Amino acid sequence: MSDAPAIELKGISKAFGPVQANKDISIRVMPGTIHGIIGENGAGKSTLMSILYGFYKADKGEIFISGNRTEIPNSQAAIAAGIGMVFQHFKLVENFTILENVVLGAEEGALLRPSLAKARAELTRLSEEYELKTDPDALIEEIGVGMQQRVEILKALYRQADILILDEPTGVLTPAEADHLFRILRGLREQGKTIVLITHKLREIMDVTDTVSVMRRGEMTATVKTSETSPEQLAELMVGRKVLLRVDKMPAKPGKTVLEIENLRTTDDKGVERLKGVSLNVRAGEILGIAGVAGNGQSELLEILGGMTQGTGNIRLNGDELDLTGKYSDGQSRRARSIAHVPEDRQSKGLIMDFFAWENMAFGYYNDDAYNKGAFWMDNAALREDTARKMEKFDVRPPNPWLTAKNFSGGNQQKIVVAREIERSPELLLVGQPTRGVDIGAIEFIHKQIVALRDAGKAILLVSVELDEIMSLSDRIAVMFDGHIMGERLPDQTDQRELGLLMAGVDGSDALAVAVGG
Amino acid sequence: MDFLTILQILDSTIRLATPLLLACLAGLFSERAGIFDIGLEGKMLAAAFVSAAIAFVSGSVWIGLLAGIGVSVALSALHGVASITFRGNQLISGVAINFLAAGLTVVIAQDWFQQGGRTPALEGLARFSPIELPFASALADVPIFGPIYAELISGHTLIVYLALLAVPLSWYILFRTRFGLRLRAVGENPGAVDTAGVSVVGLRFAAVAICGMLCGIAGAYLATALQAGFVKDMSAGRGFIALAALIFAKWRPWHALYACLLFGFLQAIALRPNVIEEVIGFKIQIQLLDALPYILTVVILAGFVGKAIPPRAGGEPYVKER
Repeated sequence: MSDAPAIELKGISKAFGPVQANKDISIRVMPGTIHGIIGENGAGKSTLMSILYGFYKADKGEIFISGNRTEIPNSQAAIAAGIGMVFQHFKLVENFTILENVVLGAEEGALLRPSLAKARAELTRLSEEYELKTDPDALIEEIGVGMQQRVEILKALYRQADILILDEPTGVLTPAEADHLFRILRGLREQGKTIVLITHKLREIMDVTDTVSVMRRGEMTATVKTSETSPEQLAELMVGRKVLLRVDKMPAKPGKTVLEIENLRTTDDKGVERLKGVSLNVRAGEILGIAGVAGNGQSELLEILGGMTQGTGNIRLNGDELDLTGKYSDGQSRRARSIAHVPEDRQSKGLIMDFFAWENMAFGYYNDDAYNKGAFWMDNAALREDTARKMEKFDVRPPNPWLTAKNFSGGNQQKIVVAREIERSPELLLVGQPTRGVDIGAIEFIHKQIVALRDAGKAILLVSVELDEIMSLSDRIAVMFDGHIMGERLPDQTDQRELGLLMAGVDGSDALAVAVGG
Repeated sequence: MDFLTILQILDSTIRLATPLLLACLAGLFSERAGIFDIGLEGKMLAAAFVSAAIAFVSGSVWIGLLAGIGVSVALSALHGVASITFRGNQLISGVAINFLAAGLTVVIAQDWFQQGGRTPALEGLARFSPIELPFASALADVPIFGPIYAELISGHTLIVYLALLAVPLSWYILFRTRFGLRLRAVGENPGAVDTAGVSVVGLRFAAVAICGMLCGIAGAYLATALQAGFVKDMSAGRGFIALAALIFAKWRPWHALYACLLFGFLQAIALRPNVIEEVIGFKIQIQLLDALPYILTVVILAGFVGKAIPPRAGGEPYVKER
């Protein structure tokens, strides 16, 4: 193999209107390595890779593939140059089979039959070579996201890609699936493939890459060997200042019980019981973290508390019963009782993506006197002023109330939601997945705000699938499995292993036995 | 009701189902590629007028057919430019085409032929004539099979056979060729097609062009085969019935055939109220019978036929995302 880099970019610049997405970027990726590109959302990582894949044309700069200067005006050219891309949002046809998706665009001739037969044989070979087992006749919509991602990788390999670019590949994966993906990537590296991994998760970079480049605000700030750096150093390069990777908080000073949940049950519209008698309590000045693998009832718990679905059982807020099924079981009534809710999926439940930031700031609180003039007119000027103030305080970038929600990065969208809910100083804050798809700088900020609310003596119920987040933020941890609370632990008296067992439904006392015995 | 009457009703069913079927397949290609086309009606109407006018002037139905296809494809191209190139709203573009065709056909016909917005009656070679299949008259006396062959199968115009042939052909193209795979993919997830290095715009224009051609044939059939000349609004909502049939068929060619035959059957029995009366024993208002296909259309569009999932990217212009 030659010494020429598999990919070399020289002086790539790209602007979208006034926004300089990439500024004079140069990078060399050697063949047979895994190269990480890390940076916050909006740092220009995806733009750079889109240029490499022919989605955008660079304003300036040159691309060399294996030492040869290459023009990449479209995806066809990228594929011809041996580049395969796995997008963050998969580009798969949902009601096609795996086989059809792999063949699409790379057919042999005008008729399908020979192409499909060839692809079937090739898939079998690839799945043996790279631990990429799939059922070629399964429909995409019937397989899990981990498998769908494997299909994207197979698509690239089927097109004989030597260079594989993965854009935020683990965002949708469970920890186990992510580990599997990394095994696959290492296997591909063994076979001499070059892999570019775009992510904002430091741990992935440290786990799997050989070299790493850091991007910040459209510029490449450093390229280092992974073995010679540390997460702290990378975080600082990404954000441009020192970042606390651990949450800095004082011990909690819990007060009286704010929220009491007794024997809460609910059944979904398919008739499956999602909550099977959950009992919990949260005190003032305390963060209760609910750990668990997604889909074990946490979402339903939050939705009932937030007034989005109904359930049976008893919930008391400061001693008074909450209406769970009647007229006052809606979100508006919950807010009237000073329960604020940062929903798990901010894009579908927390914001309206096509509305302006200031319009989004009113949701749930549009009856607030401060936003209204008389009984009929809304005071939009006051609302915009309030929005601008909150955006300033929560460091939403850019702090412009006239941008629509979809124009903000994931972290800034979340800051808008968090600002809207926390600034009301609610008695009880419900927070679901506060940092999903949020960059490190924003994570640190959001965590600080949650802790500040706790220190102000409010009760907080946190649901997260990120065990790290649960462990560092919670004052008390309850683990949910299959609609039950498996047990409660204190963060300084437990570890990831014990919690992991509880999350898998292994009972506490057994868990210890297994841990000791195993 | 005798055997011959049944055959005659079925015979009318086929004749009346033909334009529906062609329009339905036209919509199928377009919608499978993600371009909703509410303008089937307008394209048929325009093609009906142009084919009749040109067939009358030239004396050749073939030149008329080509002209009809031409104008329909041109309108399709307009729809394509509006909804693919300029990413406009597909419904509005389709509605505009319908209005354009409804108005222009009558105005031009009146100005051209001075016959109250119709074309003169077509005769001889200016019209499609029925094709007698081999041995039809010889076999007519064979019991059961003879009448079926002579009455039902034989004696249609060429376009009827073409339309029936278009069903397996469409199925083959969609499900057994590279073009079909890409076409279906572009209607479901254009991003997948784009990143696979295939032109989304090219595929969608190809689909829209096929749609135009089929609508053109459907329109020409109305004016030069089913009837002898163009009259105002002669498409009579068939484009919309075809859309309903398409939903009923859940965007599948064979099911489109069955759905169109059902609509054709309803139109055919409406033509024979006396037969209905004989079968069910009381008289049904003729207006109600005439309305049956439209009532079924409304029922289908209101979603009473189970869940019909349209192509997922249907109606959405494709914009490359970052």
